[in-house]
Amino acid sequence: MITVEDLVVHHGSATALNGVSLTVRHGELVALVGPNGAGKSTLVDTLSGVLRPTSGRVHIEGSLAHVPEGRQLFADLTVEDNLRLGAWRSRELDPTHVYEVLPALHDLRHRRAGSLSGGQQQMVAVGRALMARPDVIAVDELSLGLAPIVVDDLIRHLIALNGERGTAVLLIEQNARLAFEVCSRAYVLEAGEVAAEGDCAELAQSSKVARAYLGGSVDAP
Amino acid sequence: MIEFFTHVLSGVAVGCGFALVGSGLVAVYRVTGVVNFAQGMFAVVGGLCASTFLAAGLWHGVAELSAVAVAGAVGALTWALALGKPGTSAMNALIVTLAVGFLGYAVLVSVFGDTPRSSTGLAGMTSVFGVPVRTHHLLVIGVTAVVFILLWLFLTRTYLGKALTACATNPYAARVIGIPVARMALFAFVLGGILGGLAGVLLIPLRPMSFNSDVSLIVHGFAAAILGGLTRPMVALAGGVMLGVVESLVAGYANPAYQTMVALMVMLVVMVWHAARRPTLHQEVTV
Repeated sequence: MITVEDLVVHHGSATALNGVSLTVRHGELVALVGPNGAGKSTLVDTLSGVLRPTSGRVHIEGSLAHVPEGRQLFADLTVEDNLRLGAWRSRELDPTHVYEVLPALHDLRHRRAGSLSGGQQQMVAVGRALMARPDVIAVDELSLGLAPIVVDDLIRHLIALNGERGTAVLLIEQNARLAFEVCSRAYVLEAGEVAAEGDCAELAQSSKVARAYLGGSVDAP
Repeated sequence: MIEFFTHVLSGVAVGCGFALVGSGLVAVYRVTGVVNFAQGMFAVVGGLCASTFLAAGLWHGVAELSAVAVAGAVGALTWALALGKPGTSAMNALIVTLAVGFLGYAVLVSVFGDTPRSSTGLAGMTSVFGVPVRTHHLLVIGVTAVVFILLWLFLTRTYLGKALTACATNPYAARVIGIPVARMALFAFVLGGILGGLAGVLLIPLRPMSFNSDVSLIVHGFAAAILGGLTRPMVALAGGVMLGVVESLVAGYANPAYQTMVALMVMLVVMVWHAARRPTLHQEVTV
């Protein structure tokens, strides 16, 4: 689905990613965790074409949609207009299939996106990405600033999407505990390099990862 | 009383021209966040080209449309200079547009000379409810009304119009979903050039233009557009018309030398009142 090989990305003269390799296979749930400034968002921005890599290879089979950090809605447009703009590349503007997955958006469709609560906005951001009928969806900091109950609801929707439509998910999270519960495999990014990778269950056992990101041990999913 | 209405109608016509210049500013600012100081120059290019094409014997209609097309091309050129380099900030681009305006002086004065030019426009007078009006005034008002309705429908009702708005509200998100932000900015500058060119073509029969007439046009256009926070074309229309009418009344009943000053004072009062109600000029994009 996604194959990244030896990716190097610069922000000006600073090296944001220094030789990162990563794969997401068809229908897989993969977590990308790491501290602030590790290069997680840089990696997704490169996947979605917002940033250009200095060197390395990015190959995406099928289509990728990106839910950016901080939701990044078009605040002055309605929910439905936000969704329809998500189909800019495909021009399949009918949002019915998104309303089937996220029924709450149907009731909100005429509201101004900027007037919604944080959780509702995150749902619109996910919906806007789904408009592109992606084969893989990269979600950047889903949980940031949201109440746990809202996060749980959104996660349930992502898992259902993965189960029903086989959409692969790349979950970029500072909240590693959450990411490890949801995903089967994970990459730990530190200072622009992959510090660890593997099964979430095994990573959670690794004392180094657990101490750094989980605040102690965690029950394997 | 009839004299009063004649002044008002001629003011509305000139104000429509200001509003068109203002709407060009709005088109560019909404999409790119750049205040385009070359906007007045687009109008002068349109006006001087129209007058030259007509003098060269081109038919009415063809001459005016060609002049508008030239202004649109100058809009594209301005985009290339101001935003052609990826990653240019809106503030840097603003400075470049200011420079492009000055560069425009050099080109215009060497091509068209420094004497003011005019053109005939639509000849004759028409009576509106007993008030005699220059037919060209009615043409200006009619064309402006149609242009603004089309512009409003385009920005608020069409997919492309909403995508343009999206580029202004959140350029990063626009890139994330694949909207080609640079190409949309080019589109906005061409639209700004066309709207400015249209203003010049319509205004030149009413007020003769020379290479440096852009100062008066950009000042009035900016005053009209800033009323709506540079993002609302319909408010720019109202502002432009108000300016035109006040100027026309001052010129008619007092000293024409004061017309611009009085009109700008009115605008200043409106802006202060506006600022008192809403603390800052914010990035809100609505129509």
